[in-house]
Formats: sequence, C-alpha cells, structure tokens
Amino acid sequence: MKLALQRCCGTSIYLKQYESSTDAVLKALGVEIVDIKQFSCCGYPLKNFRYRAYLLSSARNLALAEKEHLNIMTMCNCCYGSLKHADQIMKDHPSERKEINIVLNREGLEYAGGVTVRHVLDILFTEIGIEGIRKKIRKELGGLKIATHYGCHLLRPRQVAQFDNPAAPAKFDDLVEVTGAKSISWPEKLECCGSPLWGINDELSLDLTERKILDAKRSGADFLCVACPFCQLQFDRVQRILHSRRGTKETLPSILYTQLIGLALGIDGKTLGIDKNEIDSTGILRYLS
Amino acid sequence: MFFTASLYISLGIFLFGLIYKVSSWFRLTLDGEIEALRPGKRVSASLKGILFTLFSRKILKLVKTFFFDVLFQSRILRESLLRWVMHGCLFWGFLLLFLMHALEKYISYSLFKDYSPTLNPFLFLRNLFGLMVMVGVGISIYRRFFLKVPLFTNRMDRYALFILALVMLSGFFLEGVKIGSHTAYQSMVEEYAVTANEKELSVLESYWVEKFGVVSSRVRGPFDREILAQGREVHEVACASCHSRPQWAFISYSLAKGLKPLGGLLDRVRFPLILWYVHFLACFVGLAYLPFSRMFHLIASPLSLLANAVMDSKESDPANLMTKQIMELDACTHCGTCTSRCAVRIWAEEIPNLKILPSEKLGPLMAFARAKNLGEEKIRNLQEGLYLCSNCYRCTGVCPVGINLQELWFKGREALLGRGIPEALLLSPLSFYRGLRREDLEGKIYEKPLSVIRRALEDACTGVDLQASLLDIQKADKCFKKDLGLSDWSESSSFCFTCTTCSAACPVVRHYPNPPAALGLTPHQIIHAALLGFSDPIFKSNMLWSCLGCYQCQEACPQGVRVTDVLYQIKNMAMERLKIKSLAETRS
Repeated sequence: MKLALQRCCGTSIYLKQYESSTDAVLKALGVEIVDIKQFSCCGYPLKNFRYRAYLLSSARNLALAEKEHLNIMTMCNCCYGSLKHADQIMKDHPSERKEINIVLNREGLEYAGGVTVRHVLDILFTEIGIEGIRKKIRKELGGLKIATHYGCHLLRPRQVAQFDNPAAPAKFDDLVEVTGAKSISWPEKLECCGSPLWGINDELSLDLTERKILDAKRSGADFLCVACPFCQLQFDRVQRILHSRRGTKETLPSILYTQLIGLALGIDGKTLGIDKNEIDSTGILRYLS
Repeated sequence: MFFTASLYISLGIFLFGLIYKVSSWFRLTLDGEIEALRPGKRVSASLKGILFTLFSRKILKLVKTFFFDVLFQSRILRESLLRWVMHGCLFWGFLLLFLMHALEKYISYSLFKDYSPTLNPFLFLRNLFGLMVMVGVGISIYRRFFLKVPLFTNRMDRYALFILALVMLSGFFLEGVKIGSHTAYQSMVEEYAVTANEKELSVLESYWVEKFGVVSSRVRGPFDREILAQGREVHEVACASCHSRPQWAFISYSLAKGLKPLGGLLDRVRFPLILWYVHFLACFVGLAYLPFSRMFHLIASPLSLLANAVMDSKESDPANLMTKQIMELDACTHCGTCTSRCAVRIWAEEIPNLKILPSEKLGPLMAFARAKNLGEEKIRNLQEGLYLCSNCYRCTGVCPVGINLQELWFKGREALLGRGIPEALLLSPLSFYRGLRREDLEGKIYEKPLSVIRRALEDACTGVDLQASLLDIQKADKCFKKDLGLSDWSESSSFCFTCTTCSAACPVVRHYPNPPAALGLTPHQIIHAALLGFSDPIFKSNMLWSCLGCYQCQEACPQGVRVTDVLYQIKNMAMERLKIKSLAETRS
C-alpha cells in the first residue's frame, strides 16, 4: 500500500518525534509513504480568515497527489478535516472547482476529484486491521491506563470526517487496546484540547486544557494518547507552560499514538523520540513486557 | 593615469561601502533601541564570540562548513543540480578570473616565474573561466526569464546579471579585436622582435596574418609556402616563447574570425582602446557598487553560513544574535529557493501581498531595520506578510546561504507588532506558533498586540448596540444577510428555531458561569442575529473569537444548521470588514 503523506507544518520543528515515529511504524506495518516535495500547508489556519486561500491550499495538495495517482494520508486531525472538507467542496460544487482550478492551472495543476483523504489511524484500523496489527505486536503494555483523545476534526462534522461514530467512537480505543493497554472511559473524552485558542486567548485555552487533563487524571489515566500534532503540542508543550504559569502540580504526560504502537511493535524508544516529549514520557517504558 | 585614478576612486568607494555596510550590522536592530544592543557592546560581544569560537572545538565545524557549504556549495546541490552548476560556474569562473587575471600583477606574476597573459595555459584558462561565468549568467537568465520557476526578479538581480555580462563580453570582445588588430601586432613587434630586418618582419607578418588572424593592409594573402615557412622560423625565434597560438583563446579567436571583415576599420577607430575602457570601467563600477548591491552577498553569505554553523539561538549572546540577523539580511542573494519551497506560497494567489513570499520579505525587513517609520501601509503589508507563515521551517532548511529565516520572521514580526498597528491575523490559528514561543517574549510585548486588535475590532463595529432596549431593525445590515445567504454553509441557518442546543453543547459556553456576560452572544444568538442582519454585535462578540471550531454545536443541532461553518464564514466577513476599514484609514 502506497500513500502520499501530508506532514503537518507544525511537526517539522516542534514535533520531530511525530515524524520519526510515524515513519518507523508505517514501515514496520508495510505501508509505503511518498513525500511530495511541493505539498503546501493544508490551509487550516486561514479557514476563518480567508476561506478561499484555505480552499486553494488544500485543493493544490489534492491535485498534486492526484497527479501522482496517490491517495493522501494525514497525521494531523486539522489537516485531515481541512483536506477532506476541501475535497468535498471540490467534488460537490462545480463552480468552486472551476474557479479554484483556474488558479491551480497557473502551475499546471488541476483537481478532478480522484483522491481519497485518510487519517493515519484510519489506515491502521481499516487497512492493516486490529488483527493485522496484533500479529506484529512484540511487546505488551499491560497495566497501562490510557485516556484516549480523539480530537475534534477526526470525528466532527460527521459529514466530513466519516471516521467513526462521532457520539460514541471506538476505533481509536481499539487501536490503543491492541497494545495491551487499557483505554479508560472519561467524561471529557470528546472535548476539544484547547489548542485552537492558544495564542489568541491563552487563559481560556489553558482552562480548557487543564480541565481535560484533570478529568483524565481523576479517571485514573497514566497517559493521554493523541494522534494530532496540535493536540499533542497542547497537552505537552502548553501543559508545561500551564505548570509554570499556574503552578499546577498535577501532571499527565501525553504520548503520540505512533509512539505507543511503536513501542508495542518493538521499535526502540530513541527512534520513536519518547525522550523528546516535553513532559517526561519515559515512564511508559516501565510498562513494556 | 586615467586607469589608475579610476581604480583608486572605485577602490575608495568600495572600502567606504564595505565599512558602512559592515558597521550597519552592529548599528541596526530589528527591535527598538535596547541598552544591551548598543553598537559598541555589540562589536565587543562579537569579537569575544569569534575569539571563543576560534579557540574551541567549534573551529572544526567552521572548517567543515567552509569546505562543504562555502566552497563546494553543497546546500545548492541539495536543492537543484542545474542551480549548482549555474552558481558553481559563476563563483569559480569569477573567482579564478579575479585572482589570475585581475590581480595578475600581485598573484600570477609572483606565483609563476614565466607568467605571461599571452602564454598557455593562462591564455586558454582566461577564456575557459570567462566561458564558465557566461554559462552561469546564461543559466541564470534562462531560469529567471524562461523557465517557469517562481522567481521574482528585481532591479538588483537585473543589475547583477547586467554588470557580470558586460564585464565578460567586453573582455571577450577586447581580446577578439586585439587578435585582429594590426596596431596591437605592431606594438608587440616593436617591443619583442629581435630583428629589424625588413624582409624578416614582412614574412613574420605574413605568417601572423595567415595563421593567427591579424588583419593587415601591408601584406595580403594568399601567401607563398616558402614565405610562410620563413615566417614560421622568425615566429619561433622571436614570438613563440612568449605567445601561444591565439586559437587557444577559443572564444576570443572565434570572435576575431567573425569580426575579420571589419578588422581594419575597428583598428582605425581605435576600437580595442574603447573596449579596454569599457572593460575596466565596468569592472570598477562593479567593484565600487558591490557593497551597495546584491553582489555584497559575496562577502556576507559565507559569513552567514559560518556564523549559523556555530551559533545557537538559545546559547549565543543576544547581542551577537541581533548582529547576525542584520548580517543575514545582507547575505540574501534573492535566489528564491525559500519561496519555491514555501508551504504557504499559494496564499499569495488569493491575498494580494507579495510579502507573503519569504524571498520578498528580506528587502523590506532591511528597510525597516534602517528606518522604523516606513509608513503605515508598508508596515501593514510587511506585518501581514510576516504573519502569513505556517512556521514549517522549510525556508530555513533550504536557504543556500544558511540564513535562519524562521527566526528572522519571528523577530521581525514582533518588532512590527510593537508599532501598535492592529493585525487581524492575530485572531487566526496562526497565532498558535506565537503562543508556543510566548516564553521568549516579555508579558507586555506578548499581550499588547492581542488587545490592540480586539480594540480595533470593537471600534470598527459600532453599528447596533445590543444593550439598547429596542433593536432598530432599520440599522440591520442587509448586505450581511445577502452575503451570508450566498453560501450553502449558511442557508441552513433559516431552519434554526432557537432551541439553544448549540449553546448548551459549546465547551466555551459551558466553561463560563455567566456566558452572556463573558461572551456577549452565545452560538444560537449569533445565528439569530445573523438572520436579522445584526452584523456588528456578532463581529465584536467574544463568542465569535473564542470559537474553537470543534463542531460540537453543529453536531448537536437537531435542525442540521451548520453552526460552526456559519461562524467560520462570519469570521471571514469580519476580517474583510476590518481590512476595508483599515485600508480606508491608511488612505485617509
């Protein structure tokens, strides 16, 4: 299986461990990824500022992938939501498609609607399958309690995301549990991590993040687990800022799903960058058996 | 005399320019005047830094960078083979010509005992190096003007290509017409010929006319075999030891052949002399103007590569970091690599602001460093361009001269925001990255731009006052309803029966004990106000700018209203409104 990987802009410097762990896990599971050098930002940051600039960015990446006859896989919920939404607009609205394609034509590109956008969790769950993954598990993370955080744009809006039941999702939990860990139930599970307001309204953003962290901790979690760079940066880097700004004592480290499954697949912690997370996550190695 | 005078004048201007530019690295800042960054302190900090580096293990890194990045230019090779060939030709061709030919008095003559510009290998090499430069110029013109690479060619780029081409072409033509020139031939005979015998001189001239393309009015071919054989003998005794066959100057010789029909005329109007003037004057103009042109990168770029190899934004002295950043602005060659790899380059197709493109930000940033009062419109444009960046660091990764562009954007952005001109983009998720670096900024510097834009938003939206007991429907914004109605996102709004489910589902609303007080309007009220056309209260409501875009409201709506998407669209409209308003203010 071969896919074009949309790397999120935020990962290249702030979250290198997401890139290295994703590369390693996909290799171990036999998914071939292609890096299209000309890929642009998905446009998500401009969705509420210049909608057309957003649409253009996403459509451009779709066109580039189409040219290579590849589907796109994202490792970010916001890229996923943006690309998927743009794909639908391009497919359902001939007039918008025409206008966008006029601009894309200037660099010899055109999007005809032949690409499917997938999230890395979707590839793992649907294409490799829980049983497929289980066969490759080398080590179990028994006794580990995980607060699984889906992230908004993987589930909502349902017409766009189409990953799982947005009210009662289970796929990510299954993916977590295949490692031997337990995905706990926690009341704030489906809420936003707070990152969209980070940098705009920091106090509110911290309130929302703190609320989730405390809830997960009270529900017995040892770790948060996410599959989106924005969520991870919020739960990791911003949690550290939360501690320093508010003197919060309660700490709950967050781990990327590709790091978690990577450990279970027997990939070494260094490649997965377990030590690169800002909130010390190396404690997870104790659960490996 | 004229030659020497113009050489010293241009050298003087060059040195003045060099001192002026290098001193600007220590004088200018992107921030305002900060005590720790006074020029004197920066000079001593840099000397200290350089000394420490030279006597530490980092010296190894410097040597490695010098060979791989400065001489071999591996960073260009990584990006494109064609560009590497282009730049290698320009760099090595020009450098070797400069050392061997321009500085022959000081280098070639003292290095090679029997050096003579008319002897091989020098005669040949001069043409070879010249050809390399011309190939470089040719590829550059091809890339800039014919290939569809996203490059923005400015005045400086054109100047650089022009002056290089002028120096090279005048050099080739000068050599070419000298090969054919009888005057040049005659002066060589007078200086070097060991004989004064008329017959010997005549056979020698015949030989040079036949074999080496001299255009003579005294002897005319076709020549006797016998005469040529005698001519050759004289040539070998008198000339050959100091003059290789002119054919070795393969480009100039071809030019001489082409110019042969004009040979006599060119010589009579003293064309070689004219070309000589053009050639050295072009060189001197290039030299004098070098510190003020993009060619200054010859000096600044290697320094940028070396400095970035050993400096670190966390460990290095802040004074040195500022000095380095100003130097980096000079190091930019305007090659456009950053722009070609920019993740948001496509935004410039929709937002008419060239300063979105990395390669187009450095010039204005330098202008800003020189004079902080650029005028509001320019600052607005540059500020927007600097903010429209997804922080992917690709520009920094690919810059052939190793400029830490992302850090320049960060510094420049904050310096501009400090001027107090509202920046609407602060309310977009692009601010996430600014937030991640809030610890690098003082609290006040961080908070102020956010409050400036919120205030600007309030000032721009004074249409309808929700506190009034009776809302005046006459004041409703009819265009707003129409614009909103255009999108399929929002036509669903008309199904709203104000059940408040969306507001109950909103995590932001749920967070506050008294949502109306904290947020102004809650989501269902926004939908309702939108249907009535009360745009201003929505635009300035805290709710709109506290929306996470998490789609909880939209998922919960029993009527299928696309609440979040409508909020997105309203934000787009608010931004448009702000932009029009600020443009109008700038103009007036």
